[in-house]
Amino acid sequence: MDQMHTINEVKQATEFVTRIISAYSARPESLISILQDIQTQYRYLPEDILRQVATELGLPLIQVYGVATFFRAFSLTPRGKHSISVCLGTACHVRGGRSVMEEMERQLGIKNGETTPDMLFTLESVNCLGACALGPVVVIDGSYHGKVSSGKIKKLLAEYSKETSRSKK
Amino acid sequence: MVTISIDGIRTVVPEGTTVLEAARDLGIAIPSLCHNPGLSPYGACRVCIVEVKKGERSTIEASCTLPASDGLVVITNSERVRKNRKVLIELLVSSCPTSKTLQDLAANYGVNRIRFAIKDKNCILCGLCVRYCKEQMQSGGIGFVGRGTSRKVATAFGVTPQECRNCGGCEWICPVCERACTAANLTNGLCGGCQNLMHVETCELCVHCSESVNARGHRVY
Repeated sequence: MDQMHTINEVKQATEFVTRIISAYSARPESLISILQDIQTQYRYLPEDILRQVATELGLPLIQVYGVATFFRAFSLTPRGKHSISVCLGTACHVRGGRSVMEEMERQLGIKNGETTPDMLFTLESVNCLGACALGPVVVIDGSYHGKVSSGKIKKLLAEYSKETSRSKK
Repeated sequence: MVTISIDGIRTVVPEGTTVLEAARDLGIAIPSLCHNPGLSPYGACRVCIVEVKKGERSTIEASCTLPASDGLVVITNSERVRKNRKVLIELLVSSCPTSKTLQDLAANYGVNRIRFAIKDKNCILCGLCVRYCKEQMQSGGIGFVGRGTSRKVATAFGVTPQECRNCGGCEWICPVCERACTAANLTNGLCGGCQNLMHVETCELCVHCSESVNARGHRVY
């Protein structure tokens, strides 16, 4: 039963990727857009899918791999449901961005760049988000949270994990 | 056809010729690492820099990627070029002191100290192997992975790809693996062990013995 499920999933994934690639007329120039769409769907770039992309675009695998490793927007390891970016830029650093990062690491039990074992959160640092007046800034799933203090973090994380458990029901 | 001037010599070359090719046709030696006549110009190592006169001012450009254009005035061995080149060689040696090609270059261009922290990466990212694999072998088995300080030449997912035909071309063309510097200990990052340079005061019959020419005459090694 479980095996069937996986085979079905693989088939679905293959079809999904083929659909994306044909939407871009299988042009090698559209590689980045294709990878972006795949990243949005799976939150990371699985190896077999990258192999499929390379074959269908007629590119050497290393070229696809090179692009996938070059941009920070792409990830080769599975990422959590919510991505947390803590700004460590100059302004945020001065306003205590580092202690926010440390508190995040403590609360989530992971290091910068890692994902929680329950696949809920991925923690990473960014160098500037251009919202220095709000510093220290934390961005979770694209929404900005300004003037974050270590005290606020617990509430913030609880909000997102609650939301997830609610949507599961 | 375009007319350019290299070191005061006027020369007519076909359009699309690079300054490096034009200079070498004239017998003017410009050192280079990432250039190979069989591969596309890349401009990664910057060792082939020349000075381009623009009126009162001048700029430093990599000659291997600089196309000859009408009226271009190039100086290949000015004080400024030599000074800049020395820094470039220092940087290259500091990232890869085990290359004999680089140690020779350092010796020939009078680099006698390395002012940068030595971080042996065993690679100068010249891209010769990557271009060889792609352009000469039509293979594309290796390429650049990552970026910035973690950029390196690698295969996808760390496994030898199907495209690889084990031709060994990447190893053959590499300025690091081809000739490794085997000096037991490097002083200050420099080897100097095989600087068997014979100084020739005047070179009457030039046979383009080496590409290590400086203003004081030919040096043969």
